[in-house]
Amino acid sequence: MTDSKYFTTTKKGEIFELKAELNSDKKEKKKEAVKKVIASMTVGKDVSALFPDVVNCMQTDNLELKKLVYLYLMNYAKSQPDMAIMAVNTFVKDCEDPNPLIRALAVRTMGCIRVDKITEYLCEPLRKCLKDEDPYVRKTAAVCVAKLHDINAQLVEDQGFLDTLKDLISDSNPMVVANAVAALSEIAESHPNSNLLDLNPQTINKLLTALNECTEWGQIFILDCLANYTPRDDRESQSICERVTPRLSHANSAVVLSAVKVLMKFMEMLPKDLDYYGTLLKKLAPPLVTLLSAEPELQYVALRNINLIVQRRPEILKHEMKVFFVKYNDPIYVKLEKLDIMIRLASQANIAQVLAELKEYATEVDVDFVRKAVRAIGRCAIKVEQSAERCVSTLLDLIQTKVNYVVQEAIVVIKDIFRKYPNKYESVIGTLCENLDSLDEPEARAAMIWIVGEYAERIDNADELLESFLEGFHDESTQVQLQLLTAIVKLFLKKPTETQELVQQVLSLATQDSDNPDLRDRGYIYWRLLSTDPVAAKEVVLAEKPLISEETDLIEPTLLEELICHIGTLASVYHKPPSAFVEGSRGVQHKRLAGSAGSGESVESPDAGSAAGASEAPPAVIPSQGDLLGDLLNLDLTPPTTAGPPPPPSSGMQMGAMDLLGGGLDSLLGGDLGGSPAMGAGFAAPPAAMPASFSAPVSSGLDDLFDLGGGVGMPMGAYSPPKTVWLPAMKAKGLEISGTFARRAGVIQMEMTLTNKAMSVMTDFAIQFNRNSFGLAPAGPLQVLSPLSPNQSIEVTLPLNTVGPVMKMDPLNNLQVAVKNNIDVFYFSCQYPISMLFVEDGKMERQVFLATWKDIPNDNESQFQIKDCHLSSDASSSKLQGSNIFTIAKRTVEGQDMLYQSMKLTNGIWLLAELRVQTGNPNYTVCLKCRAPEVSQCVFQSYEAVLKN
Amino acid sequence: MIGGLFIYNHKGEVLISRVYRDDIGRNAVDAFRVNVIHARQQVRSPVTNIARTSFFHVKRSNIWLAAVTKQNVNAAMVFEFLYKMCDVMTAYFGKISEENIKNNFVLIYELLDEILDFGYPQNSETGALKTFITQQGIKGQVKTKEEQSQITSQVTGQIGWRREGIKYRRNELFLDVLESVNLLMSPQGQVLSAHVSGRVVMKSYLSGMPECKFGMNDKIVIDKQGKGGASDDPGKSDLGGGSGKQSIAIDDCTFHQCVRLSKFDSERSISFIPPDGEYELMRYRTTKDIILPFRVIPLVREVGRTKLEVKVVIKSNFKPSLLAQKIEVRIPTPLNTSGVQVICMKGKAKYKASENAIVWKIKRMAGMKESQISAEIELLPTNDKKKWARPPISMNFEVPFAPSGLKVRYLKVFESKLNYSDHDVIKWVRYIGRSGIYETRC
Repeated sequence: MTDSKYFTTTKKGEIFELKAELNSDKKEKKKEAVKKVIASMTVGKDVSALFPDVVNCMQTDNLELKKLVYLYLMNYAKSQPDMAIMAVNTFVKDCEDPNPLIRALAVRTMGCIRVDKITEYLCEPLRKCLKDEDPYVRKTAAVCVAKLHDINAQLVEDQGFLDTLKDLISDSNPMVVANAVAALSEIAESHPNSNLLDLNPQTINKLLTALNECTEWGQIFILDCLANYTPRDDRESQSICERVTPRLSHANSAVVLSAVKVLMKFMEMLPKDLDYYGTLLKKLAPPLVTLLSAEPELQYVALRNINLIVQRRPEILKHEMKVFFVKYNDPIYVKLEKLDIMIRLASQANIAQVLAELKEYATEVDVDFVRKAVRAIGRCAIKVEQSAERCVSTLLDLIQTKVNYVVQEAIVVIKDIFRKYPNKYESVIGTLCENLDSLDEPEARAAMIWIVGEYAERIDNADELLESFLEGFHDESTQVQLQLLTAIVKLFLKKPTETQELVQQVLSLATQDSDNPDLRDRGYIYWRLLSTDPVAAKEVVLAEKPLISEETDLIEPTLLEELICHIGTLASVYHKPPSAFVEGSRGVQHKRLAGSAGSGESVESPDAGSAAGASEAPPAVIPSQGDLLGDLLNLDLTPPTTAGPPPPPSSGMQMGAMDLLGGGLDSLLGGDLGGSPAMGAGFAAPPAAMPASFSAPVSSGLDDLFDLGGGVGMPMGAYSPPKTVWLPAMKAKGLEISGTFARRAGVIQMEMTLTNKAMSVMTDFAIQFNRNSFGLAPAGPLQVLSPLSPNQSIEVTLPLNTVGPVMKMDPLNNLQVAVKNNIDVFYFSCQYPISMLFVEDGKMERQVFLATWKDIPNDNESQFQIKDCHLSSDASSSKLQGSNIFTIAKRTVEGQDMLYQSMKLTNGIWLLAELRVQTGNPNYTVCLKCRAPEVSQCVFQSYEAVLKN
Repeated sequence: MIGGLFIYNHKGEVLISRVYRDDIGRNAVDAFRVNVIHARQQVRSPVTNIARTSFFHVKRSNIWLAAVTKQNVNAAMVFEFLYKMCDVMTAYFGKISEENIKNNFVLIYELLDEILDFGYPQNSETGALKTFITQQGIKGQVKTKEEQSQITSQVTGQIGWRREGIKYRRNELFLDVLESVNLLMSPQGQVLSAHVSGRVVMKSYLSGMPECKFGMNDKIVIDKQGKGGASDDPGKSDLGGGSGKQSIAIDDCTFHQCVRLSKFDSERSISFIPPDGEYELMRYRTTKDIILPFRVIPLVREVGRTKLEVKVVIKSNFKPSLLAQKIEVRIPTPLNTSGVQVICMKGKAKYKASENAIVWKIKRMAGMKESQISAEIELLPTNDKKKWARPPISMNFEVPFAPSGLKVRYLKVFESKLNYSDHDVIKWVRYIGRSGIYETRC
């Protein structure tokens, strides 16, 4: 047994030598050679040249050799598809072998060979194996269906394998059931709307029965599948919960976590006054605690999940604080997670213990851990008011240690404590000032400067302290510079007589010598404020600050709900929705918890969801935190002033100016279109306040009016759908955004209504798009000139260009947008009508059209029906022309009008269309041809939208 | 699901690479090496996301095992699988080392093909695997048809962990109750936290497919029986030796997959068909009424600025007839210690400057005894304002009883097809209590 020799290379002529050995007559030598080949393959060497020689060894009764050859085949078949065909015969033969192990091996391997020609041959053997008498073969065949689906989904559907797979759910063997469930779940994920996994009480019952009998892995597949089911009423969910609870005692942590997921989800449906609800809550705590005695990697997964569970249902673990105390030997990733949970569980009842622990941790070795522990003390102070005093004194003790990073971290949190409890702990400022010189991190420096500025009247030498910072002003980070500017202005307003020189110095530093626009702007604002109206300046700069909130890093509720549905999975480890890290459509559907509002309602809701057509899919909010879509936002995510006072509410005059500007912009743009269409443009984008139902008929009426004129070549405003709500207020901390897209005079615009439904003023708006299919990007910054006060709405028009980075989206016309304001960054996605992208010079020459039509292969042709359209062909033509869909020719054959049309997308893709209109028949047929057929679906939607509005 | 599985040596060279999914390319192998194994800063999470690909890793001695995926997989399952993979490999060829992996790479590929299909874990019980995957290659060709179907029905069957037809001349089973007792005590002797985490490990050498039933002094069971009137004789099974309490409250327990969980849930009875050989039947945790085998009473007095007087008394708190072993008390000393004088009544004590502690070792100690150590610690004068944090005094020991009070009441074996009965089985029960983190603050 010294296979390690295969790893040593003979370098020169190796391939040649191997070739000779592979073709040797001696079986042993052959086997040795194949082993060498596999060893080279493992190390990453390219041994594909040996393909025919290795495949020749396939026909053997030596199973070990056969397996090695199969392994080779799986790796290289894709690079040598023609050669791989040579193997088919052996596979087919093996699928008939009397030995079930060999039958299964053949069907398992065949599914891993991703060559189209081979998959064709796979169908028959697979069909047999799915009905094999031996369960081992059936369970292997079940997984093979999923493999085949991954290669060729259509084939699997056409061959009826899905139905066979569904039948296997009723198989007598539990492992076959489990694998069938796993395969079906995976296939269903890539078809979100299919009813593949038709979960009804009967199937659920079968699954629950199999749950008791199958392997630990099978139990996981089944539990994960169960979690997707929505029980019809609370009785059903209780009975499922009762049958799932025994799994909480399984030794496999993954089984336990998946069971927890099912219980957490179904618990939502149980009435809270039910006895069983309380029992269930009690049953959940012990297994969660037990997970903490698993191996460290699993502890980490468990802790990340417990973090979510604690946020959703704090009552489960509220008495279990002690088990989250950090052990000396825990790996760092476990320690950091435990600390997070400790803070979440901290309450008045246990705060003394928690603080004692945190103080211990602050003397540990690991810098990150110590910092987090210090920060945690600050968070305890803010969370549990009664403990604030003790926390502050603990922090002071820690400052006495003089350990550099401990001191800095402590100062940052003390600043937050000042914000939460103003005028209570200012006596410690003296101690803080002693440590001024040791601060070298921007955050700590900024915090200290804020403290000095805020309490300038109590610090005798505040001016000296701040002056000392001013010397190296240009070397400081922006955060510190901004803070210093504000602090000195504060100081000046409090002690005007002594500090005039200082304030002038900082203002000139900020406005004249700095390249940073934020800093310069703030400098100018202060300067003007101070020079025009010092009283107003005082009101603005020294305004009352809102208290900071208790829990700063709670996961946003919708995201939390989604993550609870993903307990145990990677999403719950990353605390991100699957869409943030999974490519393609797989697993990107957002899962939601079912409400306990009433059994009837929850049954109806899915119907309502499916009723909404694809073309008007509701805009999906992407709930995420700042770090989620890193590449989405290159914006500076940190609000410029974390500690400083919020910018003052705007004066009424400024707002008036804004309105004026908005209106002016609209009419100006409309004017460009020439004459009457200006009105059309004005109407086509009704203000959001106007109900959508009203706006639609008006604009269509106008369109009809233009139809009468029928002016060819007269540019009209392109069709623009009514505004829809893109970002509901509840998901964006009070900011509601509704909007639409329009193309006006060749400019693509995003027209939005921003409404502030929160209690505080919103400022600092900015917008950014994620990469999208057509490179849409804002052509300028988001123009929100004045702060948005509560209950105020403004209309914003954002011109767009198409020179941004391109990434294919699904659906194609999907656009992910990030909007930032002074509160946070919010994400949503919306879909734009593709007709926005049809350019004005999209009219093709007749000859060119004919040639192109012939040139594009017929595979690229797609046909759609438009139902219930009552326009004449001429009316349609002119209506479509408004959206830059140009009619090139018209032909009438047997009472049917055929319109030949062309359009061009901003990225230069041409689309050719044939629109068939039969008089008296309200159903039109659109036939689209394009070299990029994936756009067809979107274009069709635009046709329908334009014609029907 | 799992897209691929790689095994690396400590240098980051690939020893095994098996790709299950098309979305994982060869570059994933390098991505992990560059970003995790060779990372400039030690990676601080067992899950790493590199370019939208997630890597799960565990390390066994010098060997890295990494599972790769691009999907939202069940993370707990992936780690459980990696541990299982390690268990299976250990069962086949012993320690997981570069040498062993290279020597058995063909076998490992064979195993990986069997226990992971398209990234879905399949039956991974060594008992079953060993029936058809062997180091001599598959015995497939020499097997009869019955044997083949027996293999497949076992691999897919409800009792995947045990094969049919096992025969022993002597039916024997060994039961070890292994507990680790954890304590944090205040200087005044107040218990701040205490818990026992225990395991029941079984070695079974039984013929056929025996049905076993395991009983212990679980409070819930005993109370139920008590109501029924049939009370157990408390003196009957006094293997524990600690206190005379009859039943214990178990906070939580988990079982090997052979145990019928639904039966435990409804009747609280533990019944199962055991795997052959050694395995862990259950794990449990208790926090109530724990017998603390030792009590540590510290007394620290600061004499001036340059001297400390430390006196520590340990008391054993169990039956005088029992003996504790491997006792070690670790008394931390300040960093500026210059010299230590120790006097102890029993055992040996030494000041270890490198560990900043006095280590006091006693080989054996009977129950209800007491011993004492006193030390004088000389300190160097320092201008360090920071006070000495006084780390807790920790203890290690081993005692021949279960500190939780758990007692095995019975383990019954039924095998209806073969002619041996419960009485014919030779059963051995052993209790070992060890210290976990056993600390007293001073």
